[in-house]
Amino acid sequence: MDAFRLIVQAQSAYIRCIDDDRLEEWPDHFHGRCKYVVTSAANYREGLEAGIIFANSRGMLQDRVSALREANIYERQSYRHILGQPAILSQNGAEIRTETPFLVARILQDGDTDLFATGRYLDLYRIEDNEAKLEERTVVCDSSRIDTLLALPL
Amino acid sequence: MEGSVVQPHALETNQKPWPAGGLTRVPYRVFQKDETYESEQERIFQGPLWHYLCMEIEIANGGDFRTTKVGETPVVVSRDYDGEIYAFENRCAHRGALICLETQGKGRKDFSCVYHAWTYDTKGNLIGVAFKDGVKGKGGMPETFRMQDHNPRKLRVASVNGLVFGSFSEEVPPIEEYLGEEILSRIDRVLGRRKPVVIGRYTQVLPNNWKLYMENVKDSYHASILHLFFTTFELNRLSQKGAIIVDETGGHHVSYSAIDPEAAKSEEYAKQQLRSESEYKLADPSLLQGFDDYGDGVTLQILSVFPTFVLQQIQNAIAVRQIVPRGIERTDLNWTYLGFADDTPEQRLVRLKQANLVGPAGYISMEDGCVGGFVQRGIAGAADEEAVLEMGGALAESSESRVTEASVRGFWKAYRTHMNL
Repeated sequence: MDAFRLIVQAQSAYIRCIDDDRLEEWPDHFHGRCKYVVTSAANYREGLEAGIIFANSRGMLQDRVSALREANIYERQSYRHILGQPAILSQNGAEIRTETPFLVARILQDGDTDLFATGRYLDLYRIEDNEAKLEERTVVCDSSRIDTLLALPL
Repeated sequence: MEGSVVQPHALETNQKPWPAGGLTRVPYRVFQKDETYESEQERIFQGPLWHYLCMEIEIANGGDFRTTKVGETPVVVSRDYDGEIYAFENRCAHRGALICLETQGKGRKDFSCVYHAWTYDTKGNLIGVAFKDGVKGKGGMPETFRMQDHNPRKLRVASVNGLVFGSFSEEVPPIEEYLGEEILSRIDRVLGRRKPVVIGRYTQVLPNNWKLYMENVKDSYHASILHLFFTTFELNRLSQKGAIIVDETGGHHVSYSAIDPEAAKSEEYAKQQLRSESEYKLADPSLLQGFDDYGDGVTLQILSVFPTFVLQQIQNAIAVRQIVPRGIERTDLNWTYLGFADDTPEQRLVRLKQANLVGPAGYISMEDGCVGGFVQRGIAGAADEEAVLEMGGALAESSESRVTEASVRGFWKAYRTHMNL
Protein backbone atom coordinates (compact mmCIF):
# COMPACT_ATOMS: atom_id res chain seq x y z
CA MET A 1 0.00 0.00 0.00
CA ASP A 2 1.15 3.53 -0.58
CA ALA A 3 2.09 5.76 2.36
CA PHE A 4 -1.03 7.87 2.10
CA ARG A 5 -3.30 4.88 2.52
CA LEU A 6 -1.21 3.52 5.39
CA ILE A 7 -1.50 6.86 7.17
CA VAL A 8 -5.27 7.07 6.65
CA GLN A 9 -5.56 3.55 8.02
CA ALA A 10 -3.48 4.42 11.09
CA GLN A 11 -5.53 7.55 11.71
CA SER A 12 -8.86 5.76 11.53
CA ALA A 13 -7.62 3.09 13.90
CA TYR A 14 -6.49 5.83 16.29
CA ILE A 15 -9.81 7.64 16.46
CA ARG A 16 -11.81 4.42 16.69
CA CYS A 17 -9.74 3.43 19.68
CA ILE A 18 -10.68 6.64 21.52
CA ASP A 19 -14.29 6.86 20.35
CA ASP A 20 -14.92 3.18 21.19
CA ASP A 21 -13.53 3.72 24.71
CA ARG A 22 -10.58 1.38 24.24
CA LEU A 23 -8.22 3.89 25.86
CA GLU A 24 -5.92 1.17 27.18
CA GLU A 25 -4.90 0.59 23.55
CA TRP A 26 -4.34 4.29 22.87
CA PRO A 27 -0.61 4.29 23.82
CA ASP A 28 -0.06 1.42 21.36
CA HIS A 29 -0.72 3.85 18.52
CA PHE A 30 2.53 5.63 19.35
CA HIS A 31 6.02 4.41 18.55
CA GLY A 32 9.60 5.51 19.06
CA ARG A 33 9.60 9.01 20.50
CA CYS A 34 5.97 8.68 21.67
CA LYS A 35 5.57 12.43 21.66
CA TYR A 36 2.03 13.67 22.20
CA VAL A 37 1.16 17.31 22.85
CA VAL A 38 -2.23 19.01 22.93
CA THR A 39 -1.87 22.73 22.37
CA SER A 40 -3.78 25.61 20.80
CA ALA A 41 -3.27 27.52 17.58
CA ALA A 42 -2.33 30.68 19.51
CA ASN A 43 0.27 28.90 21.63
CA TYR A 44 1.63 27.03 18.60
CA ARG A 45 1.93 30.24 16.59
CA GLU A 46 3.75 31.99 19.42
CA GLY A 47 6.04 29.03 20.04
CA LEU A 48 4.78 28.56 23.61
CA GLU A 49 5.75 25.03 24.47
CA ALA A 50 3.53 24.09 27.39
CA GLY A 51 0.65 21.90 26.33
CA ILE A 52 -2.69 21.09 27.88
CA ILE A 53 -1.33 17.57 27.73
CA PHE A 54 2.35 16.76 27.21
CA ALA A 55 3.88 13.29 26.90
CA ASN A 56 7.25 12.17 25.61
CA SER A 57 7.27 8.53 26.59
CA ARG A 58 4.98 5.54 26.32
CA GLY A 59 4.84 5.50 30.11
CA MET A 60 3.42 9.03 30.20
CA LEU A 61 0.72 7.98 27.72
CA GLN A 62 -0.12 4.95 29.84
CA ASP A 63 -0.22 7.13 32.96
CA ARG A 64 -2.73 9.44 31.27
CA VAL A 65 -5.00 6.46 30.72
CA SER A 66 -4.62 5.01 34.19
CA ALA A 67 -5.21 8.43 35.76
CA LEU A 68 -8.43 8.74 33.75
CA ARG A 69 -9.50 5.25 34.70
CA GLU A 70 -8.45 5.19 38.34
CA ALA A 71 -7.83 8.66 39.69
CA ASN A 72 -9.59 11.49 37.93
CA ILE A 73 -13.20 12.41 38.54
CA TYR A 74 -15.26 13.58 35.59
CA GLU A 75 -18.67 12.90 34.19
CA ARG A 76 -18.92 9.95 31.88
CA GLN A 77 -18.46 11.15 28.31
CA SER A 78 -17.43 10.02 24.88
CA TYR A 79 -16.07 11.62 21.72
CA ARG A 80 -16.86 11.30 18.06
CA HIS A 81 -13.85 12.22 15.94
CA ILE A 82 -14.34 13.23 12.32
CA LEU A 83 -11.10 13.58 10.34
CA GLY A 84 -10.39 15.22 7.03
CA GLN A 85 -7.89 13.90 4.53
CA PRO A 86 -4.26 14.01 5.65
CA ALA A 87 -2.07 16.43 3.72
CA ILE A 88 1.46 15.15 3.26
CA LEU A 89 3.76 18.03 4.19
CA SER A 90 7.13 16.40 3.70
CA GLN A 91 8.78 13.05 3.27
CA ASN A 92 12.27 12.17 4.37
CA GLY A 93 13.00 8.52 3.70
CA ALA A 94 10.62 6.55 5.87
CA GLU A 95 9.58 9.66 7.83
CA ILE A 96 6.48 11.50 6.70
CA ARG A 97 5.03 14.69 8.16
CA THR A 98 1.29 15.20 7.73
CA GLU A 99 -1.40 17.62 8.72
CA THR A 100 -4.96 16.37 9.23
CA PRO A 101 -7.98 18.46 10.24
CA PHE A 102 -10.36 17.12 12.88
CA LEU A 103 -13.70 17.82 14.49
CA VAL A 104 -14.55 16.28 17.85
CA ALA A 105 -18.06 16.16 19.27
CA ARG A 106 -18.39 15.39 22.98
CA ILE A 107 -21.36 13.38 24.18
CA LEU A 108 -22.12 13.65 27.91
CA GLN A 109 -23.97 11.01 29.89
CA ASP A 110 -27.24 12.94 29.76
CA GLY A 111 -27.01 12.99 25.96
CA ASP A 112 -25.91 16.60 25.58
CA THR A 113 -23.77 16.69 22.46
CA ASP A 114 -21.52 19.63 21.64
CA LEU A 115 -18.84 20.46 19.16
CA PHE A 116 -16.01 20.17 21.68
CA ALA A 117 -12.88 20.81 19.63
CA THR A 118 -11.69 21.54 16.14
CA GLY A 119 -8.12 21.66 14.94
CA ARG A 120 -5.42 19.73 13.17
CA TYR A 121 -3.09 16.89 13.90
CA LEU A 122 0.51 17.66 13.01
CA ASP A 123 1.98 14.19 12.78
CA LEU A 124 5.26 12.50 12.19
CA TYR A 125 4.84 8.96 10.85
CA ARG A 126 7.46 6.36 10.16
CA ILE A 127 6.61 3.82 7.48
CA GLU A 128 7.91 0.45 8.58
CA ASP A 129 6.84 -3.12 7.80
CA ASN A 130 3.98 -1.84 5.66
CA GLU A 131 2.61 0.12 8.61
CA ALA A 132 2.45 3.86 9.38
CA LYS A 133 3.79 4.28 12.90
CA LEU A 134 3.00 7.48 14.77
CA GLU A 135 6.17 8.94 16.31
CA GLU A 136 4.88 12.39 17.18
CA ARG A 137 1.44 13.94 17.29
CA THR A 138 0.87 17.61 18.05
CA VAL A 139 -2.82 18.30 18.43
CA VAL A 140 -3.29 21.98 17.58
CA CYS A 141 -6.76 23.02 18.72
CA ASP A 142 -8.10 26.03 16.85
CA SER A 143 -9.29 27.62 20.08
CA SER A 144 -7.52 28.09 23.42
CA ARG A 145 -10.85 27.73 25.22
CA ILE A 146 -11.71 24.33 26.64
CA ASP A 147 -15.19 23.72 27.94
CA THR A 148 -15.12 22.45 31.56
CA LEU A 149 -12.26 20.01 31.14
CA LEU A 150 -10.32 17.89 28.69
CA ALA A 151 -10.43 14.35 30.00
CA LEU A 152 -10.19 11.92 27.08
CA PRO A 153 -7.31 12.46 24.67
CA LEU A 154 -7.92 14.05 21.29
CA MET B 1 -39.98 52.46 31.14
CA GLU B 2 -38.13 54.59 33.67
CA GLY B 3 -40.16 53.19 36.55
CA SER B 4 -38.96 49.65 35.84
CA VAL B 5 -35.26 50.47 36.18
CA VAL B 6 -34.00 48.81 39.35
CA GLN B 7 -31.67 51.06 41.27
CA PRO B 8 -28.80 49.54 43.28
CA HIS B 9 -30.13 50.80 46.61
CA ALA B 10 -33.49 49.25 45.86
CA LEU B 11 -31.75 45.94 45.26
CA GLU B 12 -30.16 46.05 48.66
CA THR B 13 -33.39 46.70 50.46
CA ASN B 14 -35.01 43.83 48.57
CA GLN B 15 -32.27 41.42 49.51
CA LYS B 16 -32.99 38.82 52.11
CA PRO B 17 -30.78 39.01 55.18
CA TRP B 18 -27.74 36.74 55.34
CA PRO B 19 -28.60 33.63 57.37
CA ALA B 20 -27.48 33.30 60.99
CA GLY B 21 -24.31 31.36 61.72
CA GLY B 22 -21.73 34.01 60.94
CA LEU B 23 -19.23 32.93 58.32
CA THR B 24 -20.30 29.28 58.48
CA ARG B 25 -23.38 29.70 56.33
CA VAL B 26 -23.63 30.80 52.70
CA PRO B 27 -27.06 31.08 51.07
CA TYR B 28 -27.12 29.43 47.66
CA ARG B 29 -28.96 32.36 46.12
CA VAL B 30 -25.66 34.28 45.89
CA PHE B 31 -24.67 31.87 43.11
CA GLN B 32 -27.98 32.22 41.27
CA LYS B 33 -29.49 35.67 41.27
CA ASP B 34 -29.31 38.45 38.70
CA GLU B 35 -29.33 41.17 41.32
CA THR B 36 -26.35 39.64 43.12
CA TYR B 37 -24.41 39.38 39.87
CA GLU B 38 -25.17 42.97 38.93
CA SER B 39 -24.31 44.25 42.36
CA GLU B 40 -20.97 42.37 42.21
CA GLN B 41 -20.08 44.08 38.96
CA GLU B 42 -20.51 47.42 40.66
CA ARG B 43 -19.21 46.75 44.16
CA ILE B 44 -16.50 44.15 43.52
CA PHE B 45 -15.33 44.62 39.96
CA GLN B 46 -15.66 48.39 39.76
CA GLY B 47 -15.15 48.78 43.51
CA PRO B 48 -12.09 49.59 45.64
CA LEU B 49 -10.26 46.35 44.91
CA TRP B 50 -7.28 45.35 42.80
CA HIS B 51 -7.80 43.06 39.80
CA TYR B 52 -5.11 41.14 37.98
CA LEU B 53 -4.62 42.39 34.41
CA CYS B 54 -1.53 40.67 32.99
CA MET B 55 2.18 40.09 33.51
CA GLU B 56 4.64 42.93 32.92
CA ILE B 57 6.66 40.63 30.65
CA GLU B 58 3.65 40.24 28.36
CA ILE B 59 3.86 43.93 27.52
CA ALA B 60 7.59 44.40 27.83
CA ASN B 61 8.12 47.20 25.30
CA GLY B 62 6.53 50.48 24.34
CA GLY B 63 3.57 49.82 22.05
CA ASP B 64 2.90 46.33 23.47
CA PHE B 65 -0.63 45.72 24.66
CA ARG B 66 -3.05 43.08 25.84
CA THR B 67 -6.80 43.13 26.24
CA THR B 68 -8.43 41.58 29.27
CA LYS B 69 -11.48 41.96 31.47
CA VAL B 70 -12.18 43.27 34.93
CA GLY B 71 -15.41 41.51 35.75
CA GLU B 72 -17.45 41.99 32.59
CA THR B 73 -15.73 45.21 31.62
CA PRO B 74 -13.28 44.97 28.72
CA VAL B 75 -9.93 46.61 29.39
CA VAL B 76 -6.82 47.46 27.36
CA VAL B 77 -3.48 47.17 29.16
CA SER B 78 -0.80 49.04 27.30
CA ARG B 79 2.89 49.89 27.67
CA ASP B 80 3.40 53.46 26.58
CA TYR B 81 6.58 54.69 24.94
CA ASP B 82 7.37 56.43 28.24
CA GLY B 83 7.93 52.91 29.64
CA GLU B 84 4.94 53.04 31.97
CA ILE B 85 1.94 50.69 31.96
CA TYR B 86 -1.53 52.15 31.44
CA ALA B 87 -4.93 50.50 31.54
CA PHE B 88 -8.18 51.87 30.21
CA GLU B 89 -11.62 50.69 29.37
CA ASN B 90 -11.82 49.06 25.96
CA ARG B 91 -14.78 51.27 25.09
CA CYS B 92 -14.75 54.11 22.63
CA ALA B 93 -15.81 57.36 24.26
CA HIS B 94 -17.94 58.11 21.23
CA ARG B 95 -20.54 55.37 20.86
CA GLY B 96 -19.16 52.61 23.02
CA ALA B 97 -17.62 50.19 20.52
CA LEU B 98 -14.52 48.19 21.43
CA ILE B 99 -11.41 50.25 20.76
CA CYS B 100 -9.16 47.23 20.36
CA LEU B 101 -10.29 43.92 18.90
CA GLU B 102 -7.06 41.91 19.28
CA THR B 103 -6.03 39.89 22.33
CA GLN B 104 -2.47 41.13 22.17
CA GLY B 105 -0.05 42.96 19.95
CA LYS B 106 3.20 44.87 19.60
CA GLY B 107 4.48 48.16 18.29
CA ARG B 108 1.10 49.89 18.45
CA LYS B 109 1.32 53.66 17.95
CA ASP B 110 -2.31 54.28 18.80
CA PHE B 111 -5.70 52.58 19.05
CA SER B 112 -8.33 53.54 16.55
CA CYS B 113 -11.98 52.62 16.88
CA VAL B 114 -13.12 50.92 13.67
CA TYR B 115 -16.58 52.49 13.83
CA HIS B 116 -15.77 56.20 13.34
CA ALA B 117 -11.97 56.20 13.70
CA TRP B 118 -11.83 58.00 17.02
CA THR B 119 -8.23 57.47 17.97
CA TYR B 120 -6.53 57.02 21.34
CA ASP B 121 -2.87 57.13 22.29
CA THR B 122 -1.24 54.27 24.20
CA LYS B 123 -2.17 55.94 27.49
CA GLY B 124 -5.86 55.85 26.57
CA ASN B 125 -6.23 59.55 25.75
CA LEU B 126 -8.47 60.57 22.87
CA ILE B 127 -6.19 62.21 20.32
CA GLY B 128 -8.20 62.17 17.13
CA VAL B 129 -11.79 62.41 15.92
CA ALA B 130 -12.44 61.73 12.22
CA PHE B 131 -13.89 64.77 10.39
CA LYS B 132 -13.69 66.73 13.65
CA ASP B 133 -13.67 70.01 11.73
CA GLY B 134 -16.11 68.81 9.11
CA VAL B 135 -15.60 68.74 5.37
CA LYS B 136 -15.29 71.96 3.39
CA GLY B 137 -16.44 73.94 6.39
CA LYS B 138 -19.58 71.92 6.86
CA GLY B 139 -20.47 69.39 9.54
CA GLY B 140 -17.95 68.40 12.19
CA MET B 141 -17.99 68.64 15.94
CA PRO B 142 -19.14 71.83 17.69
CA GLU B 143 -16.55 74.39 18.78
CA THR B 144 -17.21 73.46 22.39
CA PHE B 145 -16.09 69.85 21.93
CA ARG B 146 -12.88 69.14 23.84
CA MET B 147 -11.16 65.81 23.20
CA GLN B 148 -9.68 65.79 26.72
CA ASP B 149 -13.19 65.59 28.17
CA HIS B 150 -13.89 62.35 26.30
CA ASN B 151 -11.68 59.50 27.38
CA PRO B 152 -12.55 55.93 28.24
CA ARG B 153 -12.34 55.42 31.99
CA LYS B 154 -8.77 54.85 33.10
CA LEU B 155 -7.74 52.34 35.72
CA ARG B 156 -5.25 52.85 38.47
CA VAL B 157 -2.38 50.47 37.82
CA ALA B 158 0.11 48.86 40.20
CA SER B 159 2.70 46.10 39.80
CA VAL B 160 3.87 43.52 42.29
CA ASN B 161 6.76 41.27 41.28
CA GLY B 162 5.84 41.68 37.63
CA LEU B 163 2.10 41.08 38.17
CA VAL B 164 0.04 44.00 36.89
CA PHE B 165 -3.11 44.88 38.79
CA GLY B 166 -5.70 47.54 38.01
CA SER B 167 -8.63 49.18 39.70
CA PHE B 168 -11.47 51.38 38.51
CA SER B 169 -11.71 52.92 41.96
CA GLU B 170 -9.91 56.03 43.19
CA GLU B 171 -10.49 54.83 46.76
CA VAL B 172 -8.56 51.60 46.44
CA PRO B 173 -5.71 51.42 48.99
CA PRO B 174 -2.12 51.16 47.73
CA ILE B 175 -1.46 47.62 46.50
CA GLU B 176 1.11 46.92 49.25
CA GLU B 177 -1.45 47.82 51.90
CA TYR B 178 -4.18 45.90 50.08
CA LEU B 179 -2.11 42.71 50.01
CA GLY B 180 -0.32 43.01 53.33
CA GLU B 181 3.21 41.90 54.16
CA GLU B 182 2.53 38.20 54.46
CA ILE B 183 0.90 37.90 51.04
CA LEU B 184 3.54 40.16 49.48
CA SER B 185 6.34 38.00 50.83
CA ARG B 186 4.66 34.85 49.52
CA ILE B 187 4.30 36.39 46.04
CA ASP B 188 7.92 37.46 46.22
CA ARG B 189 8.91 33.92 47.14
CA VAL B 190 7.59 32.66 43.77
CA LEU B 191 8.37 35.55 41.44
CA GLY B 192 10.99 37.70 43.18
CA ARG B 193 14.54 38.01 41.86
CA ARG B 194 13.70 35.95 38.77
CA LYS B 195 12.60 36.79 35.28
CA PRO B 196 9.43 34.86 34.45
CA VAL B 197 8.58 33.81 30.90
CA VAL B 198 5.17 32.75 29.62
CA ILE B 199 5.27 29.16 28.35
CA GLY B 200 1.55 28.62 27.62
CA ARG B 201 -1.93 30.10 27.92
CA TYR B 202 -5.28 28.36 28.08
CA THR B 203 -8.79 29.24 29.09
CA GLN B 204 -10.98 26.76 30.91
CA VAL B 205 -14.65 27.62 30.61
CA LEU B 206 -16.30 26.71 33.90
CA PRO B 207 -20.02 25.89 34.03
CA ASN B 208 -20.53 27.70 37.31
CA ASN B 209 -20.60 30.98 39.17
CA TRP B 210 -17.16 32.58 39.66
CA LYS B 211 -17.41 32.40 43.45
CA LEU B 212 -17.69 28.61 43.38
CA TYR B 213 -14.28 28.48 41.75
CA MET B 214 -12.78 30.91 44.27
CA GLU B 215 -14.20 28.79 47.11
CA ASN B 216 -12.59 25.75 45.54
CA VAL B 217 -9.20 27.47 45.29
CA LYS B 218 -9.34 28.34 48.98
CA ASP B 219 -10.60 24.95 50.08
CA SER B 220 -7.70 22.91 51.44
CA TYR B 221 -10.18 20.41 52.90
CA HIS B 222 -11.14 18.96 49.52
CA ALA B 223 -7.67 18.60 48.06
CA SER B 224 -6.83 15.17 49.46
CA ILE B 225 -10.35 13.85 48.95
CA LEU B 226 -11.34 14.91 45.44
CA HIS B 227 -7.88 14.81 43.89
CA LEU B 228 -6.59 11.27 44.11
CA PHE B 229 -3.59 11.99 41.95
CA PHE B 230 -2.30 14.65 44.32
CA THR B 231 -2.45 12.63 47.52
CA THR B 232 -1.18 9.32 46.26
CA PHE B 233 2.08 10.86 45.19
CA GLU B 234 2.53 12.76 48.43
CA LEU B 235 2.18 16.11 46.79
CA ASN B 236 -0.47 17.31 49.17
CA ARG B 237 -1.18 14.93 52.01
CA LEU B 238 -2.90 16.62 54.89
CA SER B 239 -0.20 15.08 57.07
CA GLN B 240 2.50 17.04 55.30
CA LYS B 241 4.01 20.00 57.03
CA GLY B 242 2.09 23.01 55.95
CA ALA B 243 -0.31 25.71 56.93
CA ILE B 244 -3.01 28.07 55.83
CA ILE B 245 -2.49 31.80 55.97
CA VAL B 246 -5.61 33.95 55.91
CA ASP B 247 -5.02 37.69 55.89
CA GLU B 248 -6.91 40.11 58.13
CA THR B 249 -9.52 40.98 55.51
CA GLY B 250 -10.15 37.27 54.96
CA GLY B 251 -9.97 37.77 51.22
CA HIS B 252 -6.40 36.71 50.51
CA HIS B 253 -4.96 33.35 51.43
CA VAL B 254 -1.95 31.12 51.09
CA SER B 255 -2.02 27.37 51.48
CA TYR B 256 1.35 25.68 51.45
CA SER B 257 2.93 22.38 52.27
CA ALA B 258 6.33 20.81 52.35
CA ILE B 259 7.34 17.17 52.22
CA ASP B 260 7.46 15.61 55.66
CA PRO B 261 8.22 11.92 55.03
CA GLU B 262 7.65 10.89 58.65
CA ALA B 263 4.22 12.45 58.96
CA ALA B 264 3.19 11.07 55.59
CA LYS B 265 3.49 7.56 57.03
CA SER B 266 1.32 8.37 60.03
CA GLU B 267 -1.36 5.83 60.92
CA GLU B 268 -3.99 8.47 61.42
CA TYR B 269 -4.01 9.22 57.75
CA ALA B 270 -4.14 5.59 56.68
CA LYS B 271 -7.01 4.98 59.09
CA GLN B 272 -9.23 7.40 57.29
CA GLN B 273 -9.68 4.92 54.44
CA LEU B 274 -9.89 7.67 51.91
CA ARG B 275 -10.36 6.82 48.29
CA SER B 276 -6.91 8.25 47.77
CA GLU B 277 -5.28 5.30 49.53
CA SER B 278 -5.58 3.03 46.50
CA GLU B 279 -2.52 1.43 44.95
CA TYR B 280 -1.55 3.61 42.05
CA LYS B 281 1.87 3.90 40.53
CA LEU B 282 3.16 5.88 37.59
CA ALA B 283 4.65 4.05 34.63
CA ASP B 284 6.83 7.12 34.05
CA PRO B 285 7.61 8.64 37.45
CA SER B 286 9.76 11.34 35.81
CA LEU B 287 6.57 13.44 35.83
CA LEU B 288 7.10 14.11 39.51
CA GLN B 289 10.88 14.22 39.53
CA GLY B 290 11.30 17.93 39.79
CA PHE B 291 13.80 20.20 41.44
CA ASP B 292 13.63 22.51 44.43
CA ASP B 293 12.91 25.82 42.67
CA TYR B 294 13.13 27.86 45.84
CA GLY B 295 15.46 25.89 48.10
CA ASP B 296 12.89 25.71 50.89
CA GLY B 297 11.35 22.27 50.38
CA VAL B 298 7.91 23.76 49.79
CA THR B 299 6.25 21.64 47.11
CA LEU B 300 2.96 23.47 46.97
CA GLN B 301 1.90 27.04 47.47
CA ILE B 302 -1.52 28.21 46.34
CA LEU B 303 -2.02 31.92 46.89
CA SER B 304 -5.17 33.88 46.18
CA VAL B 305 -5.78 37.60 46.09
CA PHE B 306 -9.34 38.76 46.55
CA PRO B 307 -11.40 38.67 44.48
CA THR B 308 -10.17 36.73 41.44
CA PHE B 309 -6.44 36.09 41.27
CA VAL B 310 -4.43 32.96 41.98
CA LEU B 311 -0.67 32.40 41.94
CA GLN B 312 0.23 28.76 41.93
CA GLN B 313 3.34 26.74 42.62
CA ILE B 314 2.70 23.02 42.43
CA GLN B 315 6.17 21.53 42.47
CA ASN B 316 7.70 23.15 39.37
CA ALA B 317 4.40 24.01 37.72
CA ILE B 318 4.15 27.76 38.16
CA ALA B 319 1.06 29.55 36.89
CA VAL B 320 -1.16 32.52 37.38
CA ARG B 321 -4.91 32.10 37.12
CA GLN B 322 -7.29 34.92 36.39
CA ILE B 323 -10.97 34.33 37.05
CA VAL B 324 -13.40 36.25 34.87
CA PRO B 325 -17.17 36.01 35.34
CA ARG B 326 -19.01 35.61 32.04
CA GLY B 327 -22.51 35.36 33.44
CA ILE B 328 -24.17 33.97 36.56
CA GLU B 329 -23.35 30.38 35.65
CA ARG B 330 -20.32 30.79 33.42
CA THR B 331 -16.75 31.69 34.30
CA ASP B 332 -13.51 31.94 32.35
CA LEU B 333 -10.49 30.57 34.12
CA ASN B 334 -7.45 31.99 32.32
CA TRP B 335 -4.28 30.00 32.91
CA THR B 336 -0.88 31.50 32.19
CA TYR B 337 1.87 28.93 32.65
CA LEU B 338 5.25 30.31 33.61
CA GLY B 339 8.86 29.31 33.45
CA PHE B 340 11.90 31.41 34.20
CA ALA B 341 14.39 32.90 31.79
CA ASP B 342 17.27 31.14 33.57
CA ASP B 343 15.70 27.66 33.33
CA THR B 344 18.11 25.06 31.98
CA PRO B 345 16.65 22.90 29.15
CA GLU B 346 16.26 20.08 31.70
CA GLN B 347 14.38 22.34 34.08
CA ARG B 348 12.12 23.61 31.31
CA LEU B 349 11.30 20.02 30.33
CA VAL B 350 10.29 19.36 33.95
CA ARG B 351 7.90 22.31 33.76
CA LEU B 352 6.42 21.03 30.50
CA LYS B 353 5.88 17.62 32.06
CA GLN B 354 4.42 19.02 35.26
CA ALA B 355 2.04 21.23 33.28
CA ASN B 356 0.14 17.92 33.02
CA LEU B 357 -0.81 18.42 36.66
CA VAL B 358 -2.70 21.65 36.04
CA GLY B 359 -4.93 23.35 33.52
CA PRO B 360 -8.02 21.99 31.72
CA ALA B 361 -6.57 18.45 31.51
CA GLY B 362 -4.60 18.64 34.74
CA TYR B 363 -4.25 15.45 36.77
CA ILE B 364 -4.95 17.49 39.88
CA SER B 365 -7.07 20.29 38.50
CA MET B 366 -9.49 18.81 36.00
CA GLU B 367 -11.88 17.95 38.83
CA ASP B 368 -11.94 21.59 39.88
CA GLY B 369 -13.26 22.35 36.40
CA CYS B 370 -16.34 20.21 36.89
CA VAL B 371 -17.01 20.23 40.62
CA GLY B 372 -18.27 23.82 40.57
CA GLY B 373 -20.77 22.74 37.92
CA PHE B 374 -21.89 19.87 40.16
CA VAL B 375 -22.66 22.47 42.86
CA GLN B 376 -24.34 24.83 40.43
CA ARG B 377 -26.61 22.01 39.23
CA GLY B 378 -27.09 20.64 42.73
CA ILE B 379 -28.36 23.89 44.20
CA ALA B 380 -30.94 24.56 41.48
CA GLY B 381 -34.24 25.23 43.18
CA ALA B 382 -32.57 25.61 46.59
CA ALA B 383 -31.99 29.38 46.70
CA ASP B 384 -33.00 29.60 50.34
CA GLU B 385 -30.89 26.65 51.48
CA GLU B 386 -27.35 27.18 52.75
CA ALA B 387 -23.86 25.75 52.46
CA VAL B 388 -22.26 24.62 55.74
CA LEU B 389 -18.68 25.76 56.37
CA GLU B 390 -17.79 24.50 59.83
CA MET B 391 -14.67 22.47 59.17
CA GLY B 392 -12.00 23.85 61.49
CA GLY B 393 -14.43 26.08 63.40
CA ALA B 394 -16.21 29.29 62.62
CA LEU B 395 -13.38 31.78 62.20
CA ALA B 396 -11.38 32.93 59.21
CA GLU B 397 -7.93 32.77 60.71
CA SER B 398 -4.56 31.34 59.79
CA SER B 399 -4.22 27.73 60.79
CA GLU B 400 -1.53 25.10 61.06
CA SER B 401 -4.05 22.47 60.06
CA ARG B 402 -5.13 22.28 56.48
CA VAL B 403 -8.23 20.29 57.47
CA THR B 404 -10.14 23.52 57.63
CA GLU B 405 -12.42 25.77 55.66
CA ALA B 406 -10.93 28.88 57.28
CA SER B 407 -9.90 30.49 54.02
CA VAL B 408 -13.26 29.74 52.40
CA ARG B 409 -14.90 31.53 55.34
CA GLY B 410 -12.34 34.28 54.76
CA PHE B 411 -13.56 34.68 51.19
CA TRP B 412 -17.09 35.23 52.46
CA LYS B 413 -15.89 37.62 55.12
CA ALA B 414 -14.29 39.85 52.49
CA TYR B 415 -17.17 39.36 50.07
CA ARG B 416 -19.77 40.43 52.60
CA THR B 417 -17.69 43.46 53.56
CA HIS B 418 -17.49 44.68 49.99
CA MET B 419 -21.06 43.73 49.12
CA ASN B 420 -22.40 45.23 52.34
CA LEU B 421 -24.24 41.99 53.12
